[in-house]
Amino acid sequence: MGDLKLTYQVDGGDLLQAGEASSQMKMALKKLDLPPEVIRKASICMYEGEINMVIHADGGHVEVTVGMDAITIRLVDQGPGIPDVDKAMEEGFTTAGDVARDLGFGAGMGLPNMKRYSDEMEIDTTVGVGTTVTMRIHIA
Amino acid sequence: MTVSELANILALQSFCLPEPGREVTGGYVGDLLSWVMGRAKAGDAWLTIMSNQNVAAVALMTDAACVVLTEDVRPDEALLRRAQQQSINLLGTKRSSFDTAAALKDLLR
Ligand SMILES: Nc1ncnc2c1ncn2[C@@H]1O[C@H](COP(=O)(O)OP(=O)(O)OP(=O)(O)O)[C@@H](O)[C@H]1O
Ligand SMILES: [Mg+2]
Repeated sequence: MGDLKLTYQVDGGDLLQAGEASSQMKMALKKLDLPPEVIRKASICMYEGEINMVIHADGGHVEVTVGMDAITIRLVDQGPGIPDVDKAMEEGFTTAGDVARDLGFGAGMGLPNMKRYSDEMEIDTTVGVGTTVTMRIHIA
Repeated sequence: MTVSELANILALQSFCLPEPGREVTGGYVGDLLSWVMGRAKAGDAWLTIMSNQNVAAVALMTDAACVVLTEDVRPDEALLRRAQQQSINLLGTKRSSFDTAAALKDLLR
């Protein structure tokens, strides 16, 4: 059986609507025969990444690949990039503005959550060009 | 204890209850969404005063058993709609987060 590939566009404009792609991915994963904990981890990783795209990068797209051994989530944006990745990975570090904060975002916990709930994570970012975050969640 | 049992015992208002039989195995209190994403566990009753539609998404991603809006907070219309679409149990109470959490803790003992 070949890998299942899913692609989602993420709109930059609307923070209220954000989470649509993650919700759709979760529904798609639930139809497969995957352990609930694997789906949960993938969903949290995807949602945090999707929200970051909307708040910090004006949207982008996501490619999800479900293979035999792992779910791979690749979030690609053409946003401002992350100048200091180590700093961005620290719990509590945020550049989120008031609009995002009023909705409950901006705790500076998104990237740490993605690190914690994925088995592998890689951030490829260039200031002024964009950011690609790739996460793999193993299917035990 | 199921979500509908919890709702009955604590006299919670039910804004949306598509899955009344879901088992509540724990609880979490928090309003910063990423904090909740990181700490809440599957099966938790999530107590919050946030009422925008991102609450439904967080409940969905974390596999929360239900959301309880405390302190007499009401869901905005978009949250209600999303909760219905995504089969999220959405309850409410006039009690404070502290009192609701204390009552829940007693029930889970
Ligand atoms: N895709 C991205 N493009 C540009 N900057 C980003 C991107 N993702 C994260 N960042 C930067 O990294 C910081 C930390 O991200 P993180 O997700 O941990 O926290 P947050 O988004 O600010 O708040 P939270 O996720 O808790 O709601 C952000 O504030 C932002 O400066
Ligand atoms: Mg974030």
